[in-house]
Amino acid sequence: MIGADAMVKCLEAEGVTAVFGYPGVAICPFYNSILESDIRSILVRTEQNAAHAASGVSRITGKPGVCAVTSGPGATNVITGIATAFADSIPLICITGQVNSELLGSDVFQEADITGAVESFVKYSYLVRDVNDIPRIFKEAFHIANTGRKGPVLIDVPIDVQNASLSKFRYPEEVSLRTYKPTVKGNMVQIKKVIRELERAKKPLICAGGGVLLGEAETALRAFAEKHKIPVVSTMMGIGVMPTDHPLYFGMVGNNGKAYANRAMNESELLIMVGARVADRAVNQPELITRNKVLVHIDVDPAEIGKNAGPTIPLVGDAGHIFEDLNKEELEGSCREWVETLEGYRASMEKERHPDPGFVDPAEFITALCESMEEDAVYVADVGQNQIWSCGYAKIKKGKFLTSGGMGTMGYSIPAAMGVKLAAPDRQVVAVCGDGSFQMSMMELATMRQHNIPVKIVVLKNNYLGMVRQYQHFTYRDNYSVVDLSGSPDLEKLSAAYGMAFLRLTDMKNCQETIDAFLKDDVSVLLECVIDPMDLV
Amino acid sequence: MQKKVFQLLVDNTSGVLSRISGLFSRRGYNIESITAGVTADPRFTRITIVASGDDEILEQIEKQVAKLVDVRDIKELKPEESVYRELILIKVRADAGQRQSIIAVSDIFRAKIIDVAPESLIIELTGNQQKIDAFIGLLDGYEILELARTGIAGLGRGIENITYIE
Repeated sequence: MIGADAMVKCLEAEGVTAVFGYPGVAICPFYNSILESDIRSILVRTEQNAAHAASGVSRITGKPGVCAVTSGPGATNVITGIATAFADSIPLICITGQVNSELLGSDVFQEADITGAVESFVKYSYLVRDVNDIPRIFKEAFHIANTGRKGPVLIDVPIDVQNASLSKFRYPEEVSLRTYKPTVKGNMVQIKKVIRELERAKKPLICAGGGVLLGEAETALRAFAEKHKIPVVSTMMGIGVMPTDHPLYFGMVGNNGKAYANRAMNESELLIMVGARVADRAVNQPELITRNKVLVHIDVDPAEIGKNAGPTIPLVGDAGHIFEDLNKEELEGSCREWVETLEGYRASMEKERHPDPGFVDPAEFITALCESMEEDAVYVADVGQNQIWSCGYAKIKKGKFLTSGGMGTMGYSIPAAMGVKLAAPDRQVVAVCGDGSFQMSMMELATMRQHNIPVKIVVLKNNYLGMVRQYQHFTYRDNYSVVDLSGSPDLEKLSAAYGMAFLRLTDMKNCQETIDAFLKDDVSVLLECVIDPMDLV
Repeated sequence: MQKKVFQLLVDNTSGVLSRISGLFSRRGYNIESITAGVTADPRFTRITIVASGDDEILEQIEKQVAKLVDVRDIKELKPEESVYRELILIKVRADAGQRQSIIAVSDIFRAKIIDVAPESLIIELTGNQQKIDAFIGLLDGYEILELARTGIAGLGRGIENITYIE
C-alpha cells in the first residue's frame, strides 16, 4: 500500500462518500487510488467551487465535506472557498497535492506554500512529511475540523509521500491530541445563573446564530423557547433555527434584518446570544446590547465571548449541550406581555415595498417560491441584493437555509447547492442567485450535468451588481462605477448549451404557474426572473 | 496601554512559531518581545511573549492564543509572582583611555566584558528589563556600535501554577 491508498482508506474510514476537486500531477496518485474506492470523485470546473460544494455537504450532513486539488494554482484557487467556510465555522477537509518533499522551498513548477498561505483561514493545517503519519493526521484532521468551533483543516501531501510505501495501515480509533481539548459542556454554575436571570426577566430574548445549527441544537432551543414562551430572533447564519412562521420567531436582526427584530433586541432586558459572533452586520452597535440589559453569551469558542461585546454571563460550551442542560431546569416566570408587544411590532413594522408591476417583485416571488417548495427543501442563497431578499422573505419550514454569511462570497450558492444535492439526493435543493453571482459559478452547470446533480437555480436578473449599485446610489449619488453587467449571456441559450430546462418570468402575472413548472420533477431547471434594476433592498 | 508577560507551553511542531506570530500580526496585536526554546521534554517548546494593549486586547490575546491547536497552555506571568530575565550584548566604542570607566560601570551592574578589541568592547548583561534599561542609560556618553537583546524569558515562582505534561 502506498500513501495515496492510505489517504483514500482514511476517507473511507470517516464515511466520506464524495470528494470534490480538480486534479493535477501533484495529486494524481490520490486520484488514481480513489478509482479503487466507492467514493465518488466529482470534477468541478474551478477549485474554489470544490470547497463550496464540500461546504454544502458538510452543512447538510453535519460531517466535514472533502475536497482535493493539486499543488500551486489548484491550491491557491481553493483559498477563497476555505476562507468562506472558515468565516462561517463550516468543517471541511481540504487535501492539496504538493511538489516532491525534496524540492520544497525551491520554487519549482506549481509549488505554492499553501500551509503558509491559508494559515489565517484554517483551523489547522498539516504538511505531511512521513507516509506513516497519514492515518494519524487524517484522524486528527477530521476530529479538529468537526469539534469545538468547527472549521476547515488543510492537509498538504507531497507527491513523493503519496507514492511512498506504507509499512502497515491502521486507522486510529481515538485521537490523542495533547494540546486540543475544546470545552463543549457548559458550566452548571453559569447555567443556573442564566435560569435565575430568566426567572426575573420580563423581556427575555434569544438571538440564535449559526452555532446553533452547527451544534445541532435547533430542536433543543426550540423546545426551550416553547416551554418558557421566550421569543427568538436570529442572525443571518441562524436562519432556519426556528421555522419562519413560528409564533415565537421574530426575524433576522442586523443592518439588513427586520426592524422589529432589531427593536426586540434593543428593548429586551435579558438577551441570550447563542452561537453568534456579535459581528458588525448583525449587531451594528454592540453597546446597545450591553447597555441596560443582562447579556448572556453562549459560544463554544471562548475567544468570541467578550470580543465585540462584554457579556454579563459568559457561558462557554456547545449550544447543543447547553440547551439540553437548560431544558432540565425548571423555572417560573412569564413574559406573555412582552411576546404580545413583539407581535404588535411584527404586525406593524414590516417594511412596505412599492414594486414596479412591470417586473418580478423579488419579495413576492421568494415568498411564493417558498410556499411551493417541499417542507424539508434546502434553500441556498447567494450574495448580493438577492441574499438580502432571500433572508427577508424566504420561509423555512423543516428545511435549511444556507448562505455565505461571514465572508459574503459571491458564487457560493450553485456549488454549495450541488454539494447539498449530492449528499441529500431526496431533498429539493434550490439555489437563488443574482446575475452577477450566477456568472461567478455558472461553469458548474457542466458539473451538474456530468454527474447528474439536479439543482434548481433561480437567477434574479437586473443586469447590475445590485448591492454595489445600491451602495453607489446612496453613497455616490448614482455615480455608477463598474456595476453594469451588460454583455451577460443569454440564459436561455446558455441553459440549452448545458442541456438544462429553462423558464423565464418577466412579471408577477404567471408567477405561480412558473414556480410550479420550475419545481416539478427532480430535474435541473434554470429560472430567470427579470427584476427592476433600480430596486433597493 | 499596559504590558503583560505571557508564558506559553506549545507542541514543538514545525510551524508553531509562525502560527503564533502570524496570529499577532493579522489581528494587529502588539508584540514587544518573543523568546522560544525547547523544554526539558523535547516534545514541547516554552515561549515567553511580552505584549501590550488595553485590557480587552490583552484578554483577546490570551484567548486567541489559547485557541491555537498547538498551544497546550498560556498564562500570564504576573510581576509579583514571577521572575523575568533578559540577556543583552552591547558593543561599545572604547579606546584604551575609555576602557577602564566602562569596565567600572559594568562591574557595578555585574555585567561581563566578553570581548575586547583595539577600538571596542562587548559587554554581556543579564537581568530584568529595568536593570538593563538603567545600564543602557548609563552608557549614554559612549558610542553604542551594536546592540542585541534576547527579549525576556520568565517563569512563575514556586510550584503552585506549574502545568504538568502528562
